[in-house]
Amino acid sequence: MGKVGIIGVGQSAFVRGYPGSIRELAFEGFKEGMQDAHITAKDIDASVICSAPEYDKQRSPAGVFAEYFGLTPQPTFYVESLCSSSSMGVRLAYSLIKAGLHDVVAVVGFQKMSEISSAESQERMGRGADIQWESPFGTMMPAYYAMYARAHMAKYGTTSDDLALIRVKAATYGQINEKAVYRKAVTFEMFSDPESPMSNPVASPLRVGDCCANADGSSCIIVASEEKAKALCKKPVWILGLGAASTAVNMAGRELFTGLTVGEQAGEQAYKMAGVTTKDIDVAEVHDCFTIAEMMAYENLGFAKPGEGKDLIKSKETYKEGSIPVNVDGGLLSKGHPIGATGGSQIRTIVLQLRGEAGEMQVKDPEIGLVHNIGGVGLYGNVTILGR
Amino acid sequence: MGKKKKEVDDRFKKFGTVTFTSITKINDFIDQLEQGKVMGTRCKECGLVFFPPRADCYQCLKSDMEWFEVTGKGKLVSYSKLEFAPVGFGDDLPYAIALLDYGDYKVFGRIADSVPEDEIEVGMQMETVANTLPNGQLNYVFQKA
Repeated sequence: MGKVGIIGVGQSAFVRGYPGSIRELAFEGFKEGMQDAHITAKDIDASVICSAPEYDKQRSPAGVFAEYFGLTPQPTFYVESLCSSSSMGVRLAYSLIKAGLHDVVAVVGFQKMSEISSAESQERMGRGADIQWESPFGTMMPAYYAMYARAHMAKYGTTSDDLALIRVKAATYGQINEKAVYRKAVTFEMFSDPESPMSNPVASPLRVGDCCANADGSSCIIVASEEKAKALCKKPVWILGLGAASTAVNMAGRELFTGLTVGEQAGEQAYKMAGVTTKDIDVAEVHDCFTIAEMMAYENLGFAKPGEGKDLIKSKETYKEGSIPVNVDGGLLSKGHPIGATGGSQIRTIVLQLRGEAGEMQVKDPEIGLVHNIGGVGLYGNVTILGR
Repeated sequence: MGKKKKEVDDRFKKFGTVTFTSITKINDFIDQLEQGKVMGTRCKECGLVFFPPRADCYQCLKSDMEWFEVTGKGKLVSYSKLEFAPVGFGDDLPYAIALLDYGDYKVFGRIADSVPEDEIEVGMQMETVANTLPNGQLNYVFQKA
C-alpha cells in the first residue's frame, strides 16, 4: 500500500460576520482547494464535511454541501470532534484511501460562529464539556483552560507575563496573514494597561488577550493516493504520521492538569508512525485556542520539557527565525478559530510552508512539519506530521 | 377513561443554576443533595468508585451500585474565577469553578461565594457541601476545611 498525499489546500478569509450562508462560506475554502489542486469535481471520489454541531440551523450539512460543490452522487461523510473536526476528517480521508475505497477525497471544514451571540457561543462551547455534571455550574471554555493555566503556574512558576508573550508572537504573524481575523499588533504592555481590552479579566488567570477570536471561516484539504497524487500534483506533501486520542470529558476523571494527555499521546503516535522525533520538526502549528494551550503544546510535543515552555517563548525560539517556529501564521489567537475549519487551516499552513509558498511567513527551507489540533478542553487530540 | 399518565422521574432538573439533563438513573442523587449529602456511587461487584455518580460500571459491565457520601477534605487542584458567564448564569457572577482531589476520586464544582479570593490557594484543603441556590436549584460548593 502506497503513501497518502495532500494535493491541494484552501482556506476562506477568517472574518467576523460572514455575509453569506454556510454553504457559500464552505464553498470559499473548497474553491481555493480545488484551484490549488488544479482539479474539478469529477476528480473527487468522496467528501468529508467537518464542523462542530449546534451552530447551524442546517442538520447534516454534508449532503447539502456535496450538492453545492457538485460532488454528488459520490459518498459524503460528516465528521465532528469539536475544534479538531477537520484534522479528524483528514484522518478519515487517509483511512478511506489506505483501505482502497477511494483515491481522491476532499475534506472541507467550516464554522459560521456569528450565527449566534458571543454569550450563546460560550454556552454551546461549554456544552462540549460534561453537560450533566459540569455545565450546570456555569462552565465555559476559557474557564476550563484557565484551570490548566492556574495549575501550570502553581507547579512550574509560569506567569501571566509568560503567557502574554505567546499572544504577542501570534499577533506578530497575524498582522502579515491576509486571511487572519485579527490583524493588529498586540504589545506586552497592553496586558498591564487597564485602558486596553487585552488586560480585561475573562476567567482568572486568563485575560482577553489570552483568548482566541471567534470567526467564520472554511478550509479545504484534498487528500489523494500516492498514484493519483503523483499524477495530479507537481509538489505533493505526504502524510507521514497520524495520531489521535481521547480522555475523560469531566475534569474529575483526569489525572494531569499541567498538560493535555491527548496532545502527548497523539504526538507520540504520530512521531512513531512517521519515524521521526521532536528534533526533526522544522515548523509546527499547535492548537493555541488560549495562550496556555500553546504553552502546554510545547511541552506535550517535546519542544520543551514539562515546565520549560516559558523558556522557549522567552528566548523567542518559537518565532520564525527560532529553532522550532510555531504558529507563524498568527495561530488561532490572531488568525481566528472557526472551530470546524481550524484543523484544515493549520494543515494548509504547514503544506504551504513545506512547498515554500508561505510568503512573508515562510520559514527557511522546512522539510518536516507538524500539526497539533485539540478538540474541546483536551477532550480530543489529533497530531498530523507532514513531509515533502 | 384513557390511559393513566406515566409518571416521569425528572428530579435531576433541580441540579445546578441551569440544568441540561432531567432524566437519569441516578436521580436519587438529588434527594440526597436535598438532605445535605453529596453522594457518589461504588460498584457492588468490583468496588470501583465513581464521582460524579454513575449507574453503570465500565469495568465489570454491571449496573448494581451502592451510594457513598463525599466526606472529609479534598485538595484544591485548580480553580478559575469567571468574569463572564454563559447564557443563563449571568446573575451568579462572579463565581469560581474548581476541582478537589479526594485521592480515590475528584469532585468538580464551585467554590462557595463566602470564601474570599485572596484566601484561595492551589493545594489548600477544602470540603464539599450541599448548597441551595437563590433560584431554589441545588448544587454543591467547596468551603475551607
